[in-house]
Amino acid sequence: MITAVKKGKFRPGNLVIHGVFTFLALGCIVPMLLVVILSVSDTKSIVEHGYSLFPSKLSIEAYQYIFRSPKLILDSYGTTLFVTIVGTGVGLILTAMIAYALSRRDYKLAGIVGFLVFFSMLFNAGMIPNYIIFTKYYLMKDTYWILILPGLINSWNIILLRTFFFDLPQEVLESASIDGCSEMRIFWQMVLPISKPALATIGLMMMLGYWNEWTRSMIYIDTESKYMLQYLLYKILRNAEEMMKDSQVGMSLGAAEFPSDSAKMAMAVIAAGPMMFVFPFFQKYFVRGITSGAVKG
Amino acid sequence: MVKATIASKVLPGFRKSFKKNSLRKNVDFTLLALPAFVLLLFFNFVPMPGITLAFKNYNFVDGIFGSPWIGMKNFHFIFSTPDALLALKNTIVYNAAFIVTGIGGSVILAILLNEILSRGFLKFYQTAIFLPYFLSWTIVAYIVFALLDNSKGMVNSILDVIGMQKVEWYFEPKYWFLINLFLHFWKTMGYATLLNYAYILSIDPSYYEAASIDGANRFQMAMKITIPALRPIILINFLGALGRIFNADFGQFFLVPMESPSLTGVSSVLDTYVYSALRGSADLGMGAAAGLFQSIAGFVLVLAANFIIRYRYGREQAMF
Repeated sequence: MITAVKKGKFRPGNLVIHGVFTFLALGCIVPMLLVVILSVSDTKSIVEHGYSLFPSKLSIEAYQYIFRSPKLILDSYGTTLFVTIVGTGVGLILTAMIAYALSRRDYKLAGIVGFLVFFSMLFNAGMIPNYIIFTKYYLMKDTYWILILPGLINSWNIILLRTFFFDLPQEVLESASIDGCSEMRIFWQMVLPISKPALATIGLMMMLGYWNEWTRSMIYIDTESKYMLQYLLYKILRNAEEMMKDSQVGMSLGAAEFPSDSAKMAMAVIAAGPMMFVFPFFQKYFVRGITSGAVKG
Repeated sequence: MVKATIASKVLPGFRKSFKKNSLRKNVDFTLLALPAFVLLLFFNFVPMPGITLAFKNYNFVDGIFGSPWIGMKNFHFIFSTPDALLALKNTIVYNAAFIVTGIGGSVILAILLNEILSRGFLKFYQTAIFLPYFLSWTIVAYIVFALLDNSKGMVNSILDVIGMQKVEWYFEPKYWFLINLFLHFWKTMGYATLLNYAYILSIDPSYYEAASIDGANRFQMAMKITIPALRPIILINFLGALGRIFNADFGQFFLVPMESPSLTGVSSVLDTYVYSALRGSADLGMGAAAGLFQSIAGFVLVLAANFIIRYRYGREQAMF
């Protein structure tokens, strides 16, 4: 790009810039690394030296401990996987369907439906009215429905996808329509396959949203096995804290039932792990998505 | 058009079939839009009458619609009870600080990132600073705990080693404004930097070539070319953030301080206030009023921001 200016000269300014970014990159990676290292630290070493990046002894007992009685975490993992997969899959298809309809200029209701979609993005009833309606009238308290349904449709995603669909070659779609292809078939057999990158971007965003969701578990769910992973994790972090306060009074009180420090951190690793596997794909599509979006404005 | 008229003369049924075709199309579109629309209706629009709760003295027996009206009293109370006022103040102060550091920081970082030519380093830095964006606030709460725990936290160990006094972080509110500021920056800078960076890449390189022929150095180019070119996106980010100034990140302010009572003063924001009303530690009607205040103020601010962008930078830049 500016190669003519930049090439061939060594400039001390570059060292400063690399210094800044190395510092920032380490600042982002090291704290995450700390959690991973703590999860494989020996308990004794934690007791002696506190939480350290360089434990005197490594051990996988934390993971063994968790998988000895894995019911709690497996239930929650199951719930989270189920909610994430169903929510992302169904949500993505429904979002694409409405976004496509709204992107077609020959759809007569596009104006009013589009306005309502916009409006729901700008204004919502808020936590308390939602709570009362969802629990009192929809009877969704402590169900899987409440974990999935409210997150299925996000107006912002509809608008993003619609913008993408606007840029599809309209002549091709129209000629297919003139050739007698129904709109349904055009959508399923032409639009969806050529929209894979955009669908991947939105799908990954929805997936991240579901996987990291915790508020609905906190507000609506009473049964522990239906907790989403992130909320269970927070409960563990909190309860272990209370336990520590209690343990100053009486050390013996059920200490074995609560995870030790390293087990707590191992839980965090287990919960964040899958998203780290998805990260490279996310990076690829997401960066492409936001960059094209930013340029377009 | 000409074709169509000829066709309709030759084949009398053509216009009719064309109309029928258009109807079928619209039915198809409606069927496509329907499921999402129904969900939107049930989960966004049906709860809306519930906002009347903000004007009522709620009691459980009478429910939303049966409880007696009390006019604007809940709003009066919000602006006169210390808890709600504190939440309001914190929300605004934090967001103002987030806007300044977030936009300033991400613009500077994007400009610096643009100076890095090695593809390998570029990719590494981008990936690394983008990582925290993916973590849930729960995981961030774990990280903060590992760093700041009063007895075993890594920061206290370091303070100990270099001979400084340990700090009981979860009991010391005075540090938490900075901690929250830092955390917000840490979690969002990668995303914001990438957005700005993408915008910089779209600047016409001939500006830089001309400037370098005139002997401008890199700092001058950044100040005179890059920053003016970034101005629209900076302004759009600014106005967008302004529109959300009454909304705080619930996860950050609820999960990270781990509900430590000592930290309520610095971690109470409107969103946590509304939640505490739902849990019964504040009045439900007042919580609903605070929520409605957030919704309406946010709505008005977003519209205003959009109006300004549209008026000043044209339709394409505006959200709608």
